Amino acid sequence: MERTEAELIAAVLAGDAASFEPFVQKYSPRVFATARRYARRESEVADIAQEVWLKAFEKLNSFRGEAPFEHWLMRLTVRTCYDFLRGHQRNRESAFSDLTDPENDWLERFVTQPEAVTENADAARLLIARVLERLSPSARLIITLLEIEDRPVKEIARLTGWSVPLVKVRAFRARAEMRKILARLPKDKYL
Amino acid sequence: MNPAELQKKLIAAARANPPGDGVPYAFEKRVMALLAARTLNTNPVLWVRGLWRAAVSCLAIALMLGAWAFFNPTTTANAGDLSQNFENTLLAAVDQNAQTQ
Repeated sequence: MERTEAELIAAVLAGDAASFEPFVQKYSPRVFATARRYARRESEVADIAQEVWLKAFEKLNSFRGEAPFEHWLMRLTVRTCYDFLRGHQRNRESAFSDLTDPENDWLERFVTQPEAVTENADAARLLIARVLERLSPSARLIITLLEIEDRPVKEIARLTGWSVPLVKVRAFRARAEMRKILARLPKDKYL
Repeated sequence: MNPAELQKKLIAAARANPPGDGVPYAFEKRVMALLAARTLNTNPVLWVRGLWRAAVSCLAIALMLGAWAFFNPTTTANAGDLSQNFENTLLAAVDQNAQTQ
């Protein structure tokens, strides 16, 4: 008979570490998908996921069981990703002068026929990744959660541990920061 | 051209291309191996349990030796011999020097 999550957690807390494996198997896809929003290299993604699971195991006694385990784990994942972003801030300085040909083409088409360009293009995906990499850690986290994942402010506050007013203030600043970065695109050419 | 429109398009691009949720092969095995290693090194309960077992073993050995000494007492004559032999062995070199001089 399959054990419930509460039973598995009780077993882990009683010293049976092997009971933790079903959680790793079940929720790793979500952890990896979240980590891939913030790290580009697969080695970094795997490091983040590993860190999340080690923290989850260590802090399992702080899980009170009032909310589903998945919610608790996602909070831990988002905070670990934020720590990762803060630890890798120096990688943010990549110039827009090194845009690839497809990215340049996509931007040119956007200037001439904005309604004709598609969001599904690889170039658009690369461009947004480039823009996100230049954002500050908090701005990137907020833009990802609020604009890209379309989560409500209250949920973001719960995930990040920030207050609702702080989330709103940071969202306002993040949008401004993103506009500033977009304004740094070769102005004479595109804007 | 509107930068706000560009921002919208790029955000839409990110929404349209969510990241994959693939997990590397045997990732859970790797995590479990790390957890097992960490548990062994950092869990104080295990250390305390091990030290208690060692203490109980030491106590049992001490009791056994005490019982053996109690039920097999050495005679004073034997004890005298033993101490004399020990002293002779220890001071053999000194005695030898004294004899040669």
